[in-house]
Amino acid sequence: MSEIVYGVLVAPFRDMAGSPGFLAEVVIGGVFAGLLYSLVALGFVLIFKASGVFNFAQGVMVLFAALTLVGLLERGLPVVVALALTAAVMVALAFAIERIVLRPLVNQEHIILFMATIGLNFFLEGFGEMLWGANVKKLDVGIPDRSFMMGSIQVNQLELFAALTAAVLVAVLAVFFHGTRIGRALRAVADDHEAALSIGIPLKTIWVIVWSVAGIVAMVAGIMWGAKSGVQFSLSLIALKSLPVLILGGFTSVPGAIVGGLIVGVGEKLGEVYWGPLVGGAIENWFAYVVALAFLLFRPQGLFGEKIIERV
Amino acid sequence: MSALSQAGPRPLLEVQGVSVRFGALLALNRVSLQIGRGEIVAIIGPNGAGKTTLLNVISGFYHPYEGRIAFEGRERTRLAPPDVAALGIARTFQNVALFKGMTVLDNIMTGRLLKMRGSFLLEAVYWGPARRQELEHRAFVERIIDFLEIQAIRKTPAGRLPYGLQKRVELARALAAEPTLLLLDEPMAGMNVEEKEDMCRFVLDVNSEFDTTIALIEHDMGVVMDISDRVAVLDYGQKIADGPPEQVRKDQGVLDAYLGVSHE
Repeated sequence: MSEIVYGVLVAPFRDMAGSPGFLAEVVIGGVFAGLLYSLVALGFVLIFKASGVFNFAQGVMVLFAALTLVGLLERGLPVVVALALTAAVMVALAFAIERIVLRPLVNQEHIILFMATIGLNFFLEGFGEMLWGANVKKLDVGIPDRSFMMGSIQVNQLELFAALTAAVLVAVLAVFFHGTRIGRALRAVADDHEAALSIGIPLKTIWVIVWSVAGIVAMVAGIMWGAKSGVQFSLSLIALKSLPVLILGGFTSVPGAIVGGLIVGVGEKLGEVYWGPLVGGAIENWFAYVVALAFLLFRPQGLFGEKIIERV
Repeated sequence: MSALSQAGPRPLLEVQGVSVRFGALLALNRVSLQIGRGEIVAIIGPNGAGKTTLLNVISGFYHPYEGRIAFEGRERTRLAPPDVAALGIARTFQNVALFKGMTVLDNIMTGRLLKMRGSFLLEAVYWGPARRQELEHRAFVERIIDFLEIQAIRKTPAGRLPYGLQKRVELARALAAEPTLLLLDEPMAGMNVEEKEDMCRFVLDVNSEFDTTIALIEHDMGVVMDISDRVAVLDYGQKIADGPPEQVRKDQGVLDAYLGVSHE
């Protein structure tokens, strides 16, 4: 009994204190993974805020963007051109989704819009495969996957670059959506479509903006993940990891998505390294879901979500 | 109460022979209605008469399959709701449609969105012209808040307010857009006598102080007779009477519609 208590409560912390350099490396790895979760979660949050729709296709959008980028690079385009074109494709996709999927479904129940995004999910998956093929591809955006030493800590150049990009992107988005009238319009649209229309907010424009931004965010996530572990169809599964992030952060909160992602990323890495051996490993795979479950029990609106008010 | 303004060359709003159909149901059957600048017009009628449908047509939520609508002398039958709002027509809803998660102040500020112009970049950093603009709009909104006597709840999330106050906040949001024409769908439904009296006073004050033309749907006949310059009566999608309150009150067709009439 005391051995278990020691193993859970004392030994891991003794190990951490014993080798701070290694601890830092684990945390950095976790931050990197967490930022990717954050980016995917951010895509969810943006669309959820603006339309109250849980976009099931967000994960596939990540894959689709990465596939498009790889496809363009394989055709010999320079990286910058390929990036710009991919961004253009994601914006065009947003226009198409608004026109073909969302506009005919204005004022429908949320569950119907949700079903529509499931359809979108399968369409994009098939469409991407049709266009670019189904094999695993290597994505090379010109940043070497090399490590250097920062003091006594080993830092991966690609991870560092990815983390910086994500941080900049998140900061820009946070300012854009909180400081501008678009932010206010966005919250209005999320709350009540009819009322938003009646005060002159053009729903179509807001939707195109939000889906475009979600598409670009998906692209950035796709590039990072693809550069790290290749572009393949399992990429769309990271969307599953971002669900607990959403529950942690709150479905309507941009900062929540970021913090939630970091907590999950760092938490699962620490759990895996320091507590994993106790249970034979694989904590990384279920840690996020257990945390999410705890949140659902004790704080269902998440860390930053709007408090759920239900009049009875 | 404002004077009847039928002297002007063309009425503010002209609805001409408008019909709306939902499947087999003819919700509006060639309804015509004119609203003059500065008027308060009540639209009454039994349940299902097509009152809300008429409001929805005017505000662009439904489009008529026949008939025309002109606002300020310009044809605008098939505009979408945001475009209608941009013309200066604001509305409230039968079942309050507030942004429930947002504070009262934010709700009313959204009413100013159409009035805001300028660069997103400046707004983002809340600097220079953008800051001045935000403050100007804020000042106007504070004026409305004072006017409707809701200072005490400005920071409360709208969803937590009692029904009567929600209706008042919804009116405030509509007023924030400085509308030429204000459409109120049952502004006093579900209110107690005191709240109704307040709301009546607000409607009259809005009309006189902001020069806003008002069309409202209301069931309380006392209220209707008190505050409106003119009353239009709908029944089964048709307009059966239109005139000053005293006249409509005595109209046989209106009495039949409300009290029922034997068809033998």
